[in-house]
Amino acid sequence: MIRILLAGQGGQGVLSAGKFLAESGLHEGKEVSYLPAYGPEMRGGTANCSVIVSETPIASPLCTVPDVLIALNGPSFHKFAPRVRSGGIIIVNGSVSDAYAGRDDVTVVDIPANDLAMEAGNIRAANMVATGAFCAMTGAVKEQSIINCLNEKFVGKPAVCDINARAFRAGIEAAKKQKK
Amino acid sequence: MSKILLHGTEAICEGAMRNGCRAFFGYPITPQNEVPEYMSVKMPQIGGVFVQAESEVAAINMVYGAAGAGIRAMTSSSSPGVSLKQEGISYIACARIPCVVVNIMRAGPGLGGILPAQGDYFQATKGGGHGDYHLIVLAPSSAQEACDFTYRAFDLADRYRVPAMILADGMIGQIMEPVELPPMRPLSDIPEKPWATSGHYGKDRRILNSLIIKPEQLEPHVNELQRTYNEIYANERKAEQYKTEDAEIILTAYGTVARICKSAVDQLRAQGVKAGCIRPITLYPFPDDAFSSNAERADCKAFLSVELSLGQMVEDVRLAVNGKKPVYFYGRTGGNVPEEEEIVEAAKGALGKAKSEL
Repeated sequence: MIRILLAGQGGQGVLSAGKFLAESGLHEGKEVSYLPAYGPEMRGGTANCSVIVSETPIASPLCTVPDVLIALNGPSFHKFAPRVRSGGIIIVNGSVSDAYAGRDDVTVVDIPANDLAMEAGNIRAANMVATGAFCAMTGAVKEQSIINCLNEKFVGKPAVCDINARAFRAGIEAAKKQKK
Repeated sequence: MSKILLHGTEAICEGAMRNGCRAFFGYPITPQNEVPEYMSVKMPQIGGVFVQAESEVAAINMVYGAAGAGIRAMTSSSSPGVSLKQEGISYIACARIPCVVVNIMRAGPGLGGILPAQGDYFQATKGGGHGDYHLIVLAPSSAQEACDFTYRAFDLADRYRVPAMILADGMIGQIMEPVELPPMRPLSDIPEKPWATSGHYGKDRRILNSLIIKPEQLEPHVNELQRTYNEIYANERKAEQYKTEDAEIILTAYGTVARICKSAVDQLRAQGVKAGCIRPITLYPFPDDAFSSNAERADCKAFLSVELSLGQMVEDVRLAVNGKKPVYFYGRTGGNVPEEEEIVEAAKGALGKAKSEL
């Protein structure tokens, strides 16, 4: 079982990335749950979601002690970094945040998600850069499952799909480099 | 059929539509806006009716009319909106019209907040509106149950001619989980309603009414309602028991809170504490048998009711336990959800207290 907490600013695609992870897990025949928490705002404000991918049935859908934190901005990185399980992984958007978690029992993966997303064609794909880094670091869901989700989500919008897929792959590469 | 990833709200809609619901009336309120949104797309596709009413009061009275004509009808809202519907629900209960009302509870009182809560337990199970009546109240704890219980709620409502309520906390309104959908039930499969005001067409005159002005008529009517509630109590009480067989401390919670309790039970067991969990599935009728049978056990020391309120279901737990064992309470409010660790600590505290008082 892997408990993933995705957090960021409303509008950064935190909830979409969480849904992709849950969808991918489901397509791979696993048990999944997706529980978002957000304010009434459409943009701005904070957004986070708890995603669990598991081989066995899921009891509590909460991720109070996540195995992996994906933080797309500084405030959510600093807010949630202390909660991560010892030995866990933090993926942080280095374009807009420092990467100092104040603890050395977790692996912090510093990914310039906004910059890589812009290189891929649109800053709004920063969530997919982080998702790519997640897949490379954990292998919790298959890369192809995420690509399948993108194809399904952006059917009829091939240009948008390409940008997201490029951003996703850029995230995988960036994480692999850090792993070495 | 394979599983698909659905919102709890969408699962409620699918459960309704697949068991013959062909009329939905609603008015927007967070955190259940996805219900009317989903229904506005789906209802026209299956030959049903969707109306965004001008208010919650209008919506429940539209349900009164449509369900009175024999159509399976539903409305949905969240706490403040459900308060507004209470007058209509009481009329519907008196006129004995089956329908389904969904309450995705948010934090109260007042307009409160949009986050999950369970503060409407009293309102849902003790009547809610005025007069001597009850609803059949089901509490789903997953997206799958949101679908299955809504499906079942229509059958129960029809069978007893009593309105049914799906009482879910805000987490059901937000969670996405895999759901296996039941097949679409053909309308021809749904039993006919010999009381429905579905047009004269040479039939005898049928009247549905909640104004029964003569005391010699109203008393037998209310007594008849009560007989039905007794029948429902005898037939429909339902609870899930988790590791209760040898449990010293029995946690109890409904809805998604029960899932956190189950995780807490596992954690307690890993620490050597014999814990279990009773999850009421029907809140009305309350599954008191699950509690009384455990209270009889010598090795059962105490109960702990965990709620997103400051203590509502705990009263029914105390009635069911009937003084045989101590019943404690742990609750959070304001839209906060307790973490596993909090519940673990509360359970240990309750067990310690019970043992020291022996």
